[in-house]
Amino acid sequence: MSDKPDTEVGRLRSSETPTGDGIGRDGARNGGAQDGSAEEEVQALRVLRRGIAMSRELRRGLPVIAAVGLFTAVGRLIVPVMVQLVLDHGVIGPEGYRPGLVLALSLAALGLVLVVAAASRFALIRLVRMAESAMLGLRVKAFEHIHRLSLATHSESRRGVLVARVTSDIEAMALFMQWGAMSWTINPVLILATLGVMLYYSWQLTLLVLALHLLLLPFLRWIQRRQIAAYARVRDRVADTMGHTSETVSAAAAIRAYGYRGAVRARLDRAVDRQYQAQMSAFKWWAAMLPVVDLVSSVALAAAIVAGVTWSEELGIGAGGLVAFVFLVRLLIRPISEIGEVFDTTQAALAAWWKVLGVLDTPVDVVEPARSEAESLPAGPLPVEVRGVAFSYRTGGPVLRGIDVHIPADADVAVVGETGSGKTTFVRLMARLADPSSGEVLIGGVDLRAVAPEARHRGIRMVPQDGFLFAATIEDNIRYGRPGATAADAEAAIGELGLRGWVDGLPAGIQTPVGQRGGRLSVGERQLVALARAQVADPGLLILDEATSAVDPETEEALAAAMAHLARGRTTVSVAHRLSTAERADLVLVFDDGRVVEQGRHIELVEARGVYARLHRSWVGNTRRAAPRGQEGHGRGLPAPGTVAS
Amino acid sequence: MSASREGIARRGYRLIMRSVRAHPVPHLLALVGALGFVVTTVGIAWLLGWITDNVIIADKAERTAPAVAAAMVVGISVASGISVLMRRWFLAMAELRTQRDWRRALLHRYLDLPMDFHRQRDPGELLAHADSDVNTATMVLKPLAFAVSVLVLVVVTMAVLLVAHPLLALIAVVVFPALAVISRIYTRMVEVPSAEVQRRVGEVSEVAHESFDGAVVVKTLGREPVEVERMRAASKRLRDERIRVGRMRATFEPAIDALPTVGAIALLLVGAWLVGRGAATPGDLVLAATLFSLLALPLFIVGFFLEEMPRSVVSLDRVDLVLQRPVPTPTPAGPRLLPEGPLDLEIEDLAVGYGSRLVLDGVSLQVRAGETLALVGATGSGKSTLLETVVGLNELSRGSIRLSGTELGRIDPDELHEAVALVFQEAFLFADSVVENVDLERGSAPEEVAASLTSAAAGAFVNALPEGDATVVGERGVTLSGGQRQRVALARALVRSPRLLMLDDATSAVDSVVESQILANLRRDLDTTVLVVAHRISTIELADRVAYLAGGRIVAAGTHDELLALDDYRSLVSAYEQAAVP
Repeated sequence: MSDKPDTEVGRLRSSETPTGDGIGRDGARNGGAQDGSAEEEVQALRVLRRGIAMSRELRRGLPVIAAVGLFTAVGRLIVPVMVQLVLDHGVIGPEGYRPGLVLALSLAALGLVLVVAAASRFALIRLVRMAESAMLGLRVKAFEHIHRLSLATHSESRRGVLVARVTSDIEAMALFMQWGAMSWTINPVLILATLGVMLYYSWQLTLLVLALHLLLLPFLRWIQRRQIAAYARVRDRVADTMGHTSETVSAAAAIRAYGYRGAVRARLDRAVDRQYQAQMSAFKWWAAMLPVVDLVSSVALAAAIVAGVTWSEELGIGAGGLVAFVFLVRLLIRPISEIGEVFDTTQAALAAWWKVLGVLDTPVDVVEPARSEAESLPAGPLPVEVRGVAFSYRTGGPVLRGIDVHIPADADVAVVGETGSGKTTFVRLMARLADPSSGEVLIGGVDLRAVAPEARHRGIRMVPQDGFLFAATIEDNIRYGRPGATAADAEAAIGELGLRGWVDGLPAGIQTPVGQRGGRLSVGERQLVALARAQVADPGLLILDEATSAVDPETEEALAAAMAHLARGRTTVSVAHRLSTAERADLVLVFDDGRVVEQGRHIELVEARGVYARLHRSWVGNTRRAAPRGQEGHGRGLPAPGTVAS
Repeated sequence: MSASREGIARRGYRLIMRSVRAHPVPHLLALVGALGFVVTTVGIAWLLGWITDNVIIADKAERTAPAVAAAMVVGISVASGISVLMRRWFLAMAELRTQRDWRRALLHRYLDLPMDFHRQRDPGELLAHADSDVNTATMVLKPLAFAVSVLVLVVVTMAVLLVAHPLLALIAVVVFPALAVISRIYTRMVEVPSAEVQRRVGEVSEVAHESFDGAVVVKTLGREPVEVERMRAASKRLRDERIRVGRMRATFEPAIDALPTVGAIALLLVGAWLVGRGAATPGDLVLAATLFSLLALPLFIVGFFLEEMPRSVVSLDRVDLVLQRPVPTPTPAGPRLLPEGPLDLEIEDLAVGYGSRLVLDGVSLQVRAGETLALVGATGSGKSTLLETVVGLNELSRGSIRLSGTELGRIDPDELHEAVALVFQEAFLFADSVVENVDLERGSAPEEVAASLTSAAAGAFVNALPEGDATVVGERGVTLSGGQRQRVALARALVRSPRLLMLDDATSAVDSVVESQILANLRRDLDTTVLVVAHRISTIELADRVAYLAGGRIVAAGTHDELLALDDYRSLVSAYEQAAVP
């Protein structure tokens, strides 16, 4: 498979049925098992190079790691060198037992051990700092990138999978940083140093041992490839488990109301089982590797003994030398097996790193303009010009086609049409939650793609149907509407919208915590807060996407009246099923199957007897038979229209 | 918190025993492998001592001696390799199976605990329990078998050293307790920060989950920079906590590392003196030194084991906080208590609250079998809570709910789910096909699913999907509009032919043409009791009676015309009329 960077782009843009989770290199699918054959091969070195290049902390930390490695390596070499020195010069040397020398050597070694321990403590602390800062940087970077991706990419991804990328995957890397990174620096130094000492005793025997160990290289490479692919699958399975967990938690109410536990339980069990299987199959390489390495080392040891004894004169190696040499070969085994030991977490970390890099490689499809070229929006109400706009999601057919609309500044526009006719997509384009596939959207005379994000967020505000709230108080949530908004601003927004009565009825008033996603409030109440959040921003273009669909009629009408009053000096575009909004509007846009089929004022459209007239007739039929006309009935603390001070 | 309760060692022991009891065979086989490794390790050390004395230093070794020595070295290594393979394979199995068990138990708990649990918990935190906490909890199992086998190695080493010379053994006697003391100090120090690390991991997960969940709002508010800062702050707290633990580790690890080296130096010092006096042979000294250096790696592993213990224990504590919550014992599947046909509903003095806030306070209401009752009330008046309570999602603080005379609590959950269906205001679709989303494992016939989709006015757009009703919807795949989601969710209720159907503003995102169509279908297709939250007059007029809910209680119930006498009610339902443009 090609490993060009743009394969990802290709897959993301493909018009086939969705193959993955939208973001990054996900193999976690609902159904089919992954055999690895279809996957892009994980290339350890490429991951490493890119990953390190990307992280300043890691680049800076490399010398630290090397220093730690050196210190610890020296510490571990003390014993064998001591054995050799004591044996050769202090015990079985020509002068026999020399207590003074032995004592001196011992004290020197002890001192060295203490120095090494202190030095490696210092270096370890540096290493932990460096590694944790690198993880922090990577986590935040991935998180930021995910937020920069468009809504389309988000809606194709499962929540739990996205969370996995910035939690579980990073944790797998942190684990490696804690246990693996050190081994990779200590042990090569140890191996080299040991080889160096071995060379001093006999270069021929050293070469023999080395040659036998080199046989391992193709084997290691073979096993490494399989291991990293296996770990890439583990990451996918972990993400899949998290996806199902997230769904189970989010759907808690529906699952309980429908007694849907059996299938969900089976699905969770299956995800957990498959994660286990993927992990076991990754572990089998780990289990098999060390024994093989160990065996080769032992063969090398045996060969050294045979050769050393048989040709001791030719090699010029004495009995003491050979004893030391054999000891050194044994010593070589430990760093080699330690590398074998961490090989596993290394591969796991690389696979995780690859997944995170995959997130960072996912192209941002709504690209903000360069700071120098970014334009601002004029103050006051904003006109909207939509020219020849078409839009389709990556999957499925066109959602919008040939849209040409002019909305004058200060207008009050209603967007109506059947569900699925493209209304929501249309208004999302005006808030630049996506860019049109073709055509352009001009706000205040500026192509929306050229508008600076800050200007866009200040000038244009969309209130989606789902009044998502953050787990904070009502006041905080309202203040999030505009950077720098104060408590007084939040209070003012509540007052302007006539929501004081409602807020005062809550247990802690405006300080009431709303809970996760706003879950402690009803759906309608969440919409009220979302509306106040928009009010506090006072945008030049306000887009309401069924922003009051769950609010009771009386409150909704009072809100509409309050907003109409506030809307002076503001362009408002509302998607609404409740056509009372359309009746009041300056302009009604009627959507049908991705096109604007009618536009004009309410009266004109009713007389045209088209799509709108039909919708309206049914609306009137559904809503107006209630009470005698002309009653004043705003009894629940909601101000009557027109009486609100702005 | 738990620090004072019981020592880490004791809790760690119980953690290990939980795993051993559940998976004795893999643990046992791993231990056998580990012991095999110890035996072969000692064997090689002994062999090298023998080779030193009899092959290398010996003046007149036999010609075949080197070959014999080589064969023995390789032979023991093969045995050692097999034991390593065994240890690793079965260790991984024991650890991962334990992980699987705990993870599964946790996820089942998420599924079985009452709704209240989910209202109190953050989804991100629950994700962190199932992922990071379970992983960390089993971390201590990885070096378990090795650590146990090291005890054997220590005993063997002691024996060999004793045979060589008692003085050499004495050095070992000093080294091992020193290890125990050092790790005990470390474990104590590190417990609280370890718990803190796991808490911070959960916090990062919470921020990520909430933030991605609200991606639309984050985008519309332009709050990305703020969210990134929030993530950075949470990640920084995690990093700082990790660095704190890292500093402790940085003291512990070099100490553990230095200990065997110090022992070996002492050994050489004493050993050389003994050899000098002729009390021991150089071979003894080599053997002793080799054994000590061999002990370094196992000692390191014991150190690792002790190092992991506090982290694992505190992670398991977090998992246990969920696992120990009692699951409501399901009502035994007794005889069916509900009669055939539409059910009647009787609510008496019902109070329901979230936390300290009572959302419903003294609701009394009767719905007769086959009746359609519209529930009308202002935003936040408790309509949704009332419906959720009838379907069994909320605990009753007070009062009672009876379905056709039977207390809600006495009805078998399966029977309840079959008889009563609630269509939520916010339609949640699972990442699955339309059919599965409607059926939800009920086992409906394809015709039933198709018919319910048609009733819910969803037939046409579902058929137009790329793969019809087999199209995967939900979190990913084809994106449905809000109104389309609501209609699939409605079909989910209809396919069950419920005997009490509750609609919580279930068509709020559906346009009025389609809504009238749906209402007409319901009237035609259903023989059931209906409780419907209504805003539009058309829906209210469909109802036989209307109950007006305000301030958490039923203010009045009666026909629409009767209720119009109430000012509040009239102004609520006639709002659209008021707003009409001539």
